[in-house]
Amino acid sequence: MNIISLSAFDLGLAAMLVILLSVLTWWLKIGNTRSLLIAGLRTAVQLLLLGHVLRLVFSAGQWYWVAAIMAVMLLVAGYEVNARQHRPFSGWWGYGMGTLSMFASSFSILLVALLLLVQPKPWYQAQYAIPLLGMLLGNSMTGIALSLDRLTESAWKQRKEIEARLMLGHDWNDAISNIRIEALRSGLMPIINAMAAAGIVSLPGMMTGQILAGTSPIEASKYQILIMFLITAASGLGSVIAVQAGARRLFDDRERLTLSRLKSRD
Amino acid sequence: MLAEQPLFQVKNLATLHGGAGFDFSLHPHEVLAISGPSGSGKSLLLRALADLDKHQGQVFLNGQSQATFKPADWRRKIVLVAAESAWWNSVVADHFQELPAEQTLSELGFSTDVFRWPVDRLSSGERQRLGLLRALVLKPTVLLLDEPTANLDENNTLKIEKLLQKYLRNHTAVAIWVSHDSAQRKRLNSKELTLT
Repeated sequence: MNIISLSAFDLGLAAMLVILLSVLTWWLKIGNTRSLLIAGLRTAVQLLLLGHVLRLVFSAGQWYWVAAIMAVMLLVAGYEVNARQHRPFSGWWGYGMGTLSMFASSFSILLVALLLLVQPKPWYQAQYAIPLLGMLLGNSMTGIALSLDRLTESAWKQRKEIEARLMLGHDWNDAISNIRIEALRSGLMPIINAMAAAGIVSLPGMMTGQILAGTSPIEASKYQILIMFLITAASGLGSVIAVQAGARRLFDDRERLTLSRLKSRD
Repeated sequence: MLAEQPLFQVKNLATLHGGAGFDFSLHPHEVLAISGPSGSGKSLLLRALADLDKHQGQVFLNGQSQATFKPADWRRKIVLVAAESAWWNSVVADHFQELPAEQTLSELGFSTDVFRWPVDRLSSGERQRLGLLRALVLKPTVLLLDEPTANLDENNTLKIEKLLQKYLRNHTAVAIWVSHDSAQRKRLNSKELTLT
């Protein structure tokens, strides 16, 4: 590979740019100087750490290391989904619903990618499995978080409309159908935008990376197309599962709207 | 002759409001008028009867317990008409399972045009009358009416009373009617329940 290795000097110089920006924010009294610096520091530490962990896992080549890293990724993504909700489900449901729907969608799509499409040897080879899962999780996390947030927020605001439908003998599924459709639409929006803009407005990150690493642009674009389709599927499937489970959870066994199962972060 | 089995029967019903349990039963064509100050649990009683809130005790329709019905089937027979109607689509017609007869509409001062109207255009009185109509087309056995004439002038109030009394006469049905108006309760010739 004809990649140009980066020196500590290169990274230091790039870091100086962030530090200059933070001086600017301090001078303009924008008030987020501290969080900017901390976030910059986190980026450096987390990514370097990840680089070293991945190097070890790649060289060890054991499936259980791959599985362990995947589990950590999933749990963190599940936490993020819950943390982004304005009115999350209370108790384990809040965390479990996002995590389980991400697990079901991302891992099933990952298996399709590894076993049928990319077919590395062995199929769980970390070099392929972990970055692929990362992209699937990252995108379905956004989709699921947006659609669940929309679902619970709309149900809260439109509780009178939902109950009006229950009073007229609609079952729970009909009573919340408008809101469920809205929620799914908002979950799919980012990935539809990303596909529509890909290559014209934005040069997608993975393709950029492959080109920088010396892959031919044609190969890189084929990989990017594959990934785009996979993350669309994962994001869509995950949102459908999460919204369906979430919508049911808003009603009790007698199909009463049960908003007390949500907690508010006002 | 033995007394008929009541059409609608409530035994020791405790609502979210708390307090003592309710016991009453209604035979076909009867009306139970409920009155009492705000906050005395009138709406919560209706919500419990429609199974929209958790509650204790038992409710029977034709001797069959609430718990044996699918929730949506129960609510199609025991229909609650809330004090403020809510509308979830933009056009009036989309809220009706079937359209009521033209004569019924004209009795309430509407033409068939009303179904094409956007919901935004409706006044509060129109909403209240149409909210009742969309419930009546379901042919409920028990009508739970939460102040169905609160936003109406005297003329429209009388029209609604007439319409409901005609419905109760012509169907094997009962109504539980929350009303603050003592003259109205007298006109309904009903059983009375006062909450405190």
